Amino acid sequence: MTAAMPSQAVTPRRQLLVTTGVVSAGVATLIAGMLSMWLKFRASAATRASSDGLKVIKDWLPANVKVPEVAANTMLFAFVLICVMAQWAVYAAKRRDGQHRSLALGICFAIGIAIINAQVAVYAQMKIGVADGAYQAMFYAITGTMILLVAAGMAFSFVAFFRSIGGRAADSQVVSAHALYWYVLSAAFAAMWFVVYVQK
Amino acid sequence: MTTIETHAGASAHGRGDSARRPFLASVAQWITSSDHKKIGRIFIALSLVAAIITSVEGALLGFERISASSYALSFLSSHGAQMFADFHYVLVLGTLAPLFIGLAIAVVPLQVGSRTLSLTRVAQLGLWLWIFGNVLETVAVLSNGGPGGSRNSMVELYLLALGMIIVGLLAATVSVVATVLTSRAPGMSLENAPLFSWSALVGGIASILSLPVLLGTVVYAYVDLAHGQKAFNGSKGVSALLHWGFAQPQTFVFVVMAFGVLAELAPVAAGVRQPMRGASLTGFAVLSTAFLAGVTQSDHIIDWSGTFGHKVKTIIPFLLFNALPVLGAVIVLGVALLALKNGKARVTSAFAFALLGAGMAVLGMLGHLIYSISSTSLVGTVFEEGVTTFIVYGGVMAGIAGIIYWAPKLWGRTLPEKSALPLVALALVGTVLASLPNFVAGFANQPADQLGDFTYKGSPALWNSLTAIGHVLMLVVVLAVIALLITSVVSGEAASDDPWNGQTLEWATPSPAPANNFAALASVASAEPVLDAKPASKEVTA
Repeated sequence: MTAAMPSQAVTPRRQLLVTTGVVSAGVATLIAGMLSMWLKFRASAATRASSDGLKVIKDWLPANVKVPEVAANTMLFAFVLICVMAQWAVYAAKRRDGQHRSLALGICFAIGIAIINAQVAVYAQMKIGVADGAYQAMFYAITGTMILLVAAGMAFSFVAFFRSIGGRAADSQVVSAHALYWYVLSAAFAAMWFVVYVQK
Repeated sequence: MTTIETHAGASAHGRGDSARRPFLASVAQWITSSDHKKIGRIFIALSLVAAIITSVEGALLGFERISASSYALSFLSSHGAQMFADFHYVLVLGTLAPLFIGLAIAVVPLQVGSRTLSLTRVAQLGLWLWIFGNVLETVAVLSNGGPGGSRNSMVELYLLALGMIIVGLLAATVSVVATVLTSRAPGMSLENAPLFSWSALVGGIASILSLPVLLGTVVYAYVDLAHGQKAFNGSKGVSALLHWGFAQPQTFVFVVMAFGVLAELAPVAAGVRQPMRGASLTGFAVLSTAFLAGVTQSDHIIDWSGTFGHKVKTIIPFLLFNALPVLGAVIVLGVALLALKNGKARVTSAFAFALLGAGMAVLGMLGHLIYSISSTSLVGTVFEEGVTTFIVYGGVMAGIAGIIYWAPKLWGRTLPEKSALPLVALALVGTVLASLPNFVAGFANQPADQLGDFTYKGSPALWNSLTAIGHVLMLVVVLAVIALLITSVVSGEAASDDPWNGQTLEWATPSPAPANNFAALASVASAEPVLDAKPASKEVTA
C-alpha cells in the first residue's frame, strides 16, 4: 500500500441509525404492499346496494360489521404521542439529561401497550371471526402484522430505556434510531388507518 | 461490538483430547462463527447445492414434457403443480438470491476495507433462518404441501418456511447494505466504492424494498389458508398469489450483483482503470429500479390495440417497469466492454464466466420485453420459464465467476484455469439449451407449468428434450465447479496474495484473508487503491 495508516479498525459510522433506517424502509414497504393488496381486493369486490338503498357500493365490508372509530382514532393519536415522546428522548439525550431521556423512553413503551390494548378493543367491538370471509381474514392479517411491528418497537423502547437508566449518557445514536423507527411506523399506521379504518 | 475468534483446534489440542475433538470443534466453529467469510461461504455452498437440485428438477420437468400424452414419472401426475412451484422457488430464492448474498457477505467487507461485516450476528441469523426455512420448505413440498398441495397443514408449513426464508435473506442483506454504508475504509467515498460493493448496495436496497412486499403476501396467504380459505382459493391460489416473487422483473433485483461481478472483473481483465465509472454506477441504480415493478405484483403488458390514450396508458408502465431496468443492465454491460476496448484483455475463466453470464441475463431481460407485448400472446406460455432460466443460469454463471475470482481470498487457492475454461463453454451451451427452446415452445403456445395435455405444430418432443439436456449440462457444470473447488482446497497450490493483478482493497491482504481481514489499512484516495500502489508497468495505458 502506498500510504501509511495506523492499524486501528475502522469504526462503523452511525451503524445503528443507518441500519434502523434500512429496516424501517423495509417495514414501510411491508405495510405499503399489504395495503396495496387490500385496495386491489376491495376494488375487485362485487357491488351491492348500500343499506339505505341510495347508492351502489363495493360488497367488501360486510353489512353487519361496524368499524369502531373511537378505538381506531385513539390508536392514531397514540402514535402521534409516541413520536413526540421519542423526539423528547432525542432532545434529552442531546442535552445529556438522563432522567428525562429515560422517562420519555419509558412512556414510549407504555404507549405501545396502549396501542395494542386499543387494537384488542377494536377486535372485541367488531366481533368478527378470522374465518368469516375474505375481508375478515385480510383485516386480521394486516392489523396483526401491525401489532407485531408495534411489539418490535416496544422491544426497541425497552432496550433503549435500560441502556438509558444504565447510564450510557453519551449514547445518543440508539435514541435517534429509536425515534426513526417510531416515525416510520407511525406513518405506516396513518396510511393503514386511512385505508382500513376510514375508507374501510 | 467486536468478537475475536480463536483457532478452533487450539483448545482441544491443549486438553489432549481424542482426534475427533478438533473435527467436532471445527464443525462447531463453522456453525457458530461470526467470521463473515465463513458465513458467506456457507451461503455460497448451499446455494450451489440448491443449483444442483433446481437443475435436476428442471431436467425432470423437461423430460416429462417430451410426451404430453403420458407420464413417464408417475409421481408427477399428481404432484406436477408442486414440482413446478418448487422449481421456480429453488431457482430464485434457493439459488440466485443466496448465491450473491453469500458472495457479498464474504467479499464486500474485504473490498471496502472493513475488518468485519456490520451486524455479523444478524447475517448469521439470516443464514440459519434461510437454511431452516429451506429444510421446512422441502419437507412441506415432499409431504404434499406447497402451492396446489392437498395437505392443508403442509401448505401452511410451506408458507411458514417461505416467510422464514424471506426474513433470513432480508437479515443477511441488511448486514451487507449496512457494511457498505457505514464501514468503508477512511477516504473511500460511496462514489469510489468498488463496483461489486456498489452493486451489492443498490441491489440490496432493492431487495429490502421488495422482499417485505412478498412477505406481506405470504402473511395474507397464511392467514386465509389457516382460517376459512375465502380470499385466495386455498392452496391453489397460493401459487398465483406468490408468482411475482419468483418471476420477472423481480428476478432482475436478484441478478444486479451478477452485473457487479462483471463490472469488477472487466477492468482487471483488461488491466485498466474502469472508464466512465459514473455511468456504471448509474447503470446499477437504473437496473435496481426493477424492484418498483416487482412490488406492483402484476405484469405490465404493452397493448397496441385500442385508442391512443389506451396505448399510452400501457406504454408508460411498460417502459418504467420493464424497459428501464433492462436499460440499466445494458449500460453496465456496455461500460464493462468499454474497459476491454481500452485495455488488453486477458481471458480468464472467471472473466469469461462473468461476461457470458451477464450476457445471458441480458438476453433473458430482452426476452421479458418481448413477453410483455400483448400481440405476441406469450403470457401463460413456457416463454416465461425460458426468461427466468436465462436470468437465473446467467446469474449462476456470474456467481461461479465470483467464486473463481475471489477463491484466493476465501479459500487461499486458485482454481486451475485449464480445467475451468472448458466449463465456461459447457455452461454457455447449458444455459442456452435450458432456456432458448422454451422461447420457441412459447411462441408455439406450449402452456406454462403444465406437464401434459398440450399440443402444437412443430416438435414439442425436440424443444423439451433440448431443455432437459440444457439443465443436465448445468448440473454437470455446477458439480464440476464444486469438484474443482474441493480438489483445489484439498491438494491445490496456495494462491499468491494478488494473482489477478487486482485493483481493489481485498488484494492488499494475504491469501486467504486472515480473521480480521486487514492488519493495517491505507487511506483510500481513488476507486482503485491497490492499483495506485503498483508500479506503472502493471497498468496498461490506453
